[in-house]
Amino acid sequence: MTDVGFSATRRLILQGAGAVALLGLGNLPFGPTGALAAANDKYPEEAFKAKSEADAIKALYGKTAEASDKVKMDAPEIAENGAVVPISVTTTLADVTSISFLVSENPVVLVATYRIPAGTLPNVANRIKMAKTSNVIVVVEAGGKLYSANKEVKVTVGGCGG
Amino acid sequence: MASTIRVRATSSGETTEVQALIQHPMDSGFVKDAKGEIIPPHFIQQLTFEYDGKNVFTADWGGGVSKDPYVKFAFKGGKKGDDLKISWVDNKGATDTTTAKIQ
Repeated sequence: MTDVGFSATRRLILQGAGAVALLGLGNLPFGPTGALAAANDKYPEEAFKAKSEADAIKALYGKTAEASDKVKMDAPEIAENGAVVPISVTTTLADVTSISFLVSENPVVLVATYRIPAGTLPNVANRIKMAKTSNVIVVVEAGGKLYSANKEVKVTVGGCGG
Repeated sequence: MASTIRVRATSSGETTEVQALIQHPMDSGFVKDAKGEIIPPHFIQQLTFEYDGKNVFTADWGGGVSKDPYVKFAFKGGKKGDDLKISWVDNKGATDTTTAKIQ
């Protein structure tokens, strides 16, 4: 590599780092912003920008999910406070590698995605925000395929909008 | 400063159940304050749990996770008295790490 080439490369890297620092994304300096981020340990930036569940699932996994009664979601019928809605999921599916939570009516549809390494049980509980009454979708990746469960949760006081 | 992470990891012999509660505003960037100004996004993006040098659970979060987030999961193995390491990083690059003893 020539001196010119080296310094040009270095300048590019410095510019890149500067731009990243300005954007306040210091924790993801050179991470890919592309699809299939769930397959490695990078934060799935693109999936968290999606405005529809289909786009979010595609950005996360690159495929579509089919409904399955083996995915059991526990969510309230009515959430009085949309800021804190407890949702949990369990499944009898084998070889689960990932579990994701989506809320169709939220401004950002994808709420959380969990990576399940071998040896970790496919049961997750968490608390999410809901802007208004909406379908909550849980997607489970098992053996390379996607399975989902749906439930409508009624929200009396929203937790996302001002 | 005290840790932002509170963890309870309990071994039942075969599996270890982990519950974590983290102090964090988890601002989504869609909520306005009393003056009608948007509160900028500030949320944890990634939370990892490590046992015996191996990752046992990773959470990727958006701003739709509730304030002071809570998560529960379980993994096979884990001995009483062993360490479980928990770390998070948020969208502003802030991080925190703690180590909890499995009970």
